[in-house]
Amino acid sequence: MTLPATQVQPTPADQSTIDPAADAAVETHGLTKRFGSRLAVEALDMVVPRGAVYGFLGPNGSGKTTTIRMLLGLVEPNAGTRSLLGHPIPREAARALPQVGSLVEGPAFHPYLSGRANLARLDAADLWSDPRTARRRIDGALDRVGLLAAATKRYRAYSLGMRQRLAIAAALLAPRELLVLDEPTNGLDPQGTREVRHLVASLAEDGATVLVSSHLLSEVEQLCTHLGIMSEGRLVAQGTVYELRGSGVTTVCVTTPQSAEAAAVLQRLGVADVVAVRGEVRGQPGTLTPESMVEALVHAGVPVRGFVVTTPSLEDLFVGLTGEGFDVSG
Amino acid sequence: MSVADVTAQAPRKRLVSSRLLRSEVRLIGGRRRNQMGLLVLALVPIVLAISVKVSSRNARGGPDFLDSVTSNGLFVPLAALGVEMGIFLPLAISMLAGDAVAGEANLGTLRYLLTVPVSRTRLLVVKYASLCIGALWGVATVAVAGAVIGVALFGTGPLTTLSGSQLEFPAALGRVLLVVLYLSACIAALGAVGLFISTLTEQPIAATIALMIFTILSWILDAVPQLEWLHPWLIVHEWLSFADLLRDPPLWDNVLRGLGVDAVYAAVFWLLAWARFAGKDVTS
Repeated sequence: MTLPATQVQPTPADQSTIDPAADAAVETHGLTKRFGSRLAVEALDMVVPRGAVYGFLGPNGSGKTTTIRMLLGLVEPNAGTRSLLGHPIPREAARALPQVGSLVEGPAFHPYLSGRANLARLDAADLWSDPRTARRRIDGALDRVGLLAAATKRYRAYSLGMRQRLAIAAALLAPRELLVLDEPTNGLDPQGTREVRHLVASLAEDGATVLVSSHLLSEVEQLCTHLGIMSEGRLVAQGTVYELRGSGVTTVCVTTPQSAEAAAVLQRLGVADVVAVRGEVRGQPGTLTPESMVEALVHAGVPVRGFVVTTPSLEDLFVGLTGEGFDVSG
Repeated sequence: MSVADVTAQAPRKRLVSSRLLRSEVRLIGGRRRNQMGLLVLALVPIVLAISVKVSSRNARGGPDFLDSVTSNGLFVPLAALGVEMGIFLPLAISMLAGDAVAGEANLGTLRYLLTVPVSRTRLLVVKYASLCIGALWGVATVAVAGAVIGVALFGTGPLTTLSGSQLEFPAALGRVLLVVLYLSACIAALGAVGLFISTLTEQPIAATIALMIFTILSWILDAVPQLEWLHPWLIVHEWLSFADLLRDPPLWDNVLRGLGVDAVYAAVFWLLAWARFAGKDVTS
């Protein structure tokens, strides 16, 4: 991972010498937010390691945006702490936020200003940006999201997809250590979604840590190195994609005319929850390897017509954790 | 540009910059609605001057200054300011104040300004500075439009002060400038009240209406003789004392008291705005 040279803390070349706390781009402990009597976010312990592309998943209304608002210092939690790039928020927000590009709950700009003028306004508000390079950086950001041709158009004339791109361009006005992108593909057509995915991937390749939220696993699955799954205000799963994939329960399914014998063999081997139904035997092999099971079955003289070991997909895991359907939680 | 396209040196924070304030002023001045508002403000002295010119033979009995208009064109801006301090100039600052925080919250641009980051205190300082500039802008527009049409129609004869003495044109121009500065301070103080109201809502029009109600209520209370004890503390009470600046020499007592009240309103309401906004959850 190459780190941009802009960060405040010097980073030793050897990653292993960094203590884990400082290594987290985003870290929260017990983060809790109540709106009136409604608990929006409850005891959230979130860790986004530096260099990760963290997919922040959950159905609409599960507390993702509230969490992002708390991270960026827009909303004050009722309890808990949070830090960005090692700086506690809100105390050191002024040190962290210049290195953070963000997209929060959709684009928002002045309708009667052009896209370029809107970016110029945000750049003018930034005490860390250099006015001499403003034009170059603004046009660079517009170019990167493919909006340069529409730079002088008024924002009100932009389509939803163009507005979304402009918001992403605003996050790219300065070199960023961390990008917090809340539903960046909202309102984009499949082509635009693909472009945003490529954009996020290239930003990550350049060394930025990316926290990208979505209510659709499929939109971020290929991108992410880490996932956090929200449901009804709680972070119900978090880890690397590899860890989460592995966390699902593997099942084995043997197709055989002698299901009773097969079930007995598998049970002897230590397969859990063995069930025999109509020529099929299912069970949970745990750490047993497929070859050892097949060998045991063949030794016992059980004719094996089919043998399948399945691990649940991330989609299955996601649906299992958050529930299915259109109900908005919270 | 890419994230890796990083300049060699770490970005340095500037302690002060006028860029955001200039951006604010451009935003205010560039908005079509505000340009129309300025046009209306400028039309009042023009209409006033033309109607006096048309009926100049019997110009007695008009509002303050109007019967003096024919002797010196500079009475046109003064008469127009006297008229517009009632509703038009307070309405103008109400619209700007509504946009200041409530307008940004309504558009959602507030969250993006705050995450740039712009500290909330700095944002309120810049927003209030822009309202002060807006106040001067509005008052000066009336004065300049009035002076131009007045001089064009009635010339630059000596200006007879309220004390009866006469002022030469340059000295008279100086007095008009003093009036402009005084009334700008009055409107800017009202702007601080508007800034506070603007932090209470996400609807700019609600903030505008609330500030107009505040202004009109102040005028009404100022007209109730039984509330005389309250009058010195009303923001509008000394507004029309600008006429004292046209005495010879200028009578400063009421004007200075007016400026004192303005300063108290500006300080108290800016601090209230800060107290409200500094810890507020931005969920817009």
